[in-house]
Amino acid sequence: MIKFEKFNLDNGLRVLVHEDKSTPMAVVNVLYDVGSKDENPQKTGFAHFFEHLMFGGSKNIPVYDEPLQVAGGENNAFTTNDLTNYYCQLPAENIETAFWLESDRMLSLAFGKKSLEVQRKVVSEEFKEHYINKPYGDVWHKFRELIYTTHPYRWMTIGASLQHIEEVKLQDVKDFFFKHYTPSNAVLVVAGNVQVAAIKTLAEKWFGSIPAGVRYDRNLPKEPKQEAPRFLEITSNVPLDALYKAWHIYPRTDPRYYVADLITDILSGGGSSRLYQSLVKEKKLFSNIDCYHLGSTDAGIITIDGKLVKGVDIKVADAAVMEELRKLQQNGISTTELEKVKNKTESAMAFEDMSVMSRAQSIAMYELLGDADLINSELSKYQAVTAEQILEESRIIFDEKNCNTMHYLSENRDA
Amino acid sequence: MIDRKIPPPIKDAIEYKLDLKPYEFYSLDNNVPVYSINAGEQDVLQVEMVFYAGNFFEEQKGIAAATNFMLKNGTAKHTAFELNEAFEYYGSYCSRSCFNETAVLSLHTLSKHITKLLPVMQEMLTDSIFPEEELATFKQNSKQRLKVNLQKAEFVAGRLIDSYLYGENHPYGTYTNMEDVDALTTDALKNFYKQHYLNGNCVIFVAGLIPVNMQQLLNDYFGKLSVGKPTGVIPAIKPIPAADKKYHIENDPTAVQGAVRIASHFPNRHHPDFKKAVVLNNVFGGFFGSRLMSNIREDKGYTYGIHSYFQNHITESAWVISTEAGKEVCDATIREIYKEMKKLREEKIDEEELLLVRNYMIGGILGELDGPFQIIAKWKNIILNNLDENYFHESINEIKTVTALDLQQLANKYLSPEHFYELVVY
Repeated sequence: MIKFEKFNLDNGLRVLVHEDKSTPMAVVNVLYDVGSKDENPQKTGFAHFFEHLMFGGSKNIPVYDEPLQVAGGENNAFTTNDLTNYYCQLPAENIETAFWLESDRMLSLAFGKKSLEVQRKVVSEEFKEHYINKPYGDVWHKFRELIYTTHPYRWMTIGASLQHIEEVKLQDVKDFFFKHYTPSNAVLVVAGNVQVAAIKTLAEKWFGSIPAGVRYDRNLPKEPKQEAPRFLEITSNVPLDALYKAWHIYPRTDPRYYVADLITDILSGGGSSRLYQSLVKEKKLFSNIDCYHLGSTDAGIITIDGKLVKGVDIKVADAAVMEELRKLQQNGISTTELEKVKNKTESAMAFEDMSVMSRAQSIAMYELLGDADLINSELSKYQAVTAEQILEESRIIFDEKNCNTMHYLSENRDA
Repeated sequence: MIDRKIPPPIKDAIEYKLDLKPYEFYSLDNNVPVYSINAGEQDVLQVEMVFYAGNFFEEQKGIAAATNFMLKNGTAKHTAFELNEAFEYYGSYCSRSCFNETAVLSLHTLSKHITKLLPVMQEMLTDSIFPEEELATFKQNSKQRLKVNLQKAEFVAGRLIDSYLYGENHPYGTYTNMEDVDALTTDALKNFYKQHYLNGNCVIFVAGLIPVNMQQLLNDYFGKLSVGKPTGVIPAIKPIPAADKKYHIENDPTAVQGAVRIASHFPNRHHPDFKKAVVLNNVFGGFFGSRLMSNIREDKGYTYGIHSYFQNHITESAWVISTEAGKEVCDATIREIYKEMKKLREEKIDEEELLLVRNYMIGGILGELDGPFQIIAKWKNIILNNLDENYFHESINEIKTVTALDLQQLANKYLSPEHFYELVVY
């Protein structure tokens, strides 16, 4: 049971406080309800690029990092398709420093030219490091475009191309900030060795006077139901052939999400999981194979991907994956298997809750989904999943018409 | 109205008194030492069994890592699948990792399942059989992974820089090639297992919410094994550093970035300079606000990240600067790295910057002491390096008191380009 208190400021900022007196530290986590899905298709990569600019100085404070480091703190941030999250951890006695810094950059950025130009280069290098200068680096750029025809999950958080980052103008930065970085679009979570009453005072003092701004109403194009299987073949300078398959699933708040999540655990995630045992160990078709989903807020996907053993025909490997899915669709799972994936979920949650930082982030995420209290009912939702539901959903999800396949082939076939 | 230009008052982190929660210590019947930290809120447990079975002890490349990995691939009574299932049914993780001096078998589990899992670990440590078929799969998949990694500049650079520092035949400098994987045999693995696991030396670290009968349980399952207490003796193997200091390697003609590694020898944690040098390293390239990061990322935009660090070795270390930079700015990046070294040699760090680094480091350590796994990790580092609690307190004291002059002297002693190997892999 994770306890917290919640209150709202008049400008719409939601504040949640989680006390944990066992640590000398405090965590301040600011989540903005904006991700790459909110971008203009012609200006992708912006939400993430913007995250970099958030460290380039705000209205009254020339640099963000230094004062925090002086206060013994450290920080970082990440951007996903759904959200942008900033977090810092510092000795609890210095928590006001974090309020000062975070509130000033919610009030307004400095919009400095130099920061824009430098971060443009930094993000270009980030793009190169992770998506160009690595074998298989462009896989998800290509695969997302196959899977999504309409929804903005079509593009990666880093952006569809380097060109979009190169073309960013200072005016774009300002527009984005005042549209999305408003109190009503944000969730502030404070956790650690803190007191609710003191946090209330600090929140009012530093965030209370920030103008509410205009609430952003998200109205994203919905991905139409996939009616036929899709296929893409790519040849690239990689050492091994690789198989990627994906099926559309449900939004994060849909009750069937929990069923889909457990299905991924049955198929992969350990040396005794189905795909590993059958396809890596017994049939020796793959050198590795994984099944996972990303926990996206809007309807996401289940993915299976793996690298093939040299010399194996990708059609044979693909058919073997489908055969495993058919077994699941026909025979379902045993009680033991169901127990096993539920035990795994219970254990994973306990380990996750060990750090105060991770608890703070979870509270923020669940609040974004609509209600931070969800954090305490998650486990029971997993425990309520039945073998019948798994059977039924495996038939619906792994329907042939819902399937996307990419064969990513090595161009050096005999090397 | 508040004046947002005025920062709130702070307590300097260096005013904090830091304590490392003491461990509980006992020995099993066979003298295997156990260090234990009972703390935390969650019903979780971590058991790490550290064997002196790293690649320092191998006579054939890759044997230590392969033996360690295959501990979970079959015993006389159970197949690899059954062993995995035994842990995974309870949502537990049994993992293996192999380092230079040591090789570890570790368990993460909800405390309530511990009695189901220790017998399985015991079986792996007494009755592993290294089946031919399992080894064949391991070899095939290792080679496939190696093939993919060899296409990554950062992987190639990491291997090469170590081989320049220590020589390819030193445990810190060696790396595995395809033919080394091919040469692995079940007989060689069985021999290594017999020598370094069945009859090896072991130390155990336990942390989490520990069941009251844990000592009894560990003694029941591991106290009768023929393993013993570590002797602290690591084979003395002399490094043979490369004669040439500068290397440019083309790994991929289509590369858009280069992997830059600059490295020089550095003594281990017992050397009187080490603790002070940790502070200097932070100023230089140890965190986001460091000189290297501020200049090369935040001012010039040559890279997504640049770091300097000491290699985490027991017998000797190296001071390494590592970055992935745009192909066209690799040379400029290297020039800037040397410029930053020169500044540290020629100019004293000003007190404001030094206070920032001191506070940042102390705040970081304060944060790192959050939870039982983090506390035992600190202890493990101290114990495996043959240090004691004083090391922790002395390190903190150095962070608080080292002077700008001390740091400048250290920079003059260690941060000169002529000491450094320089490598770019495109």
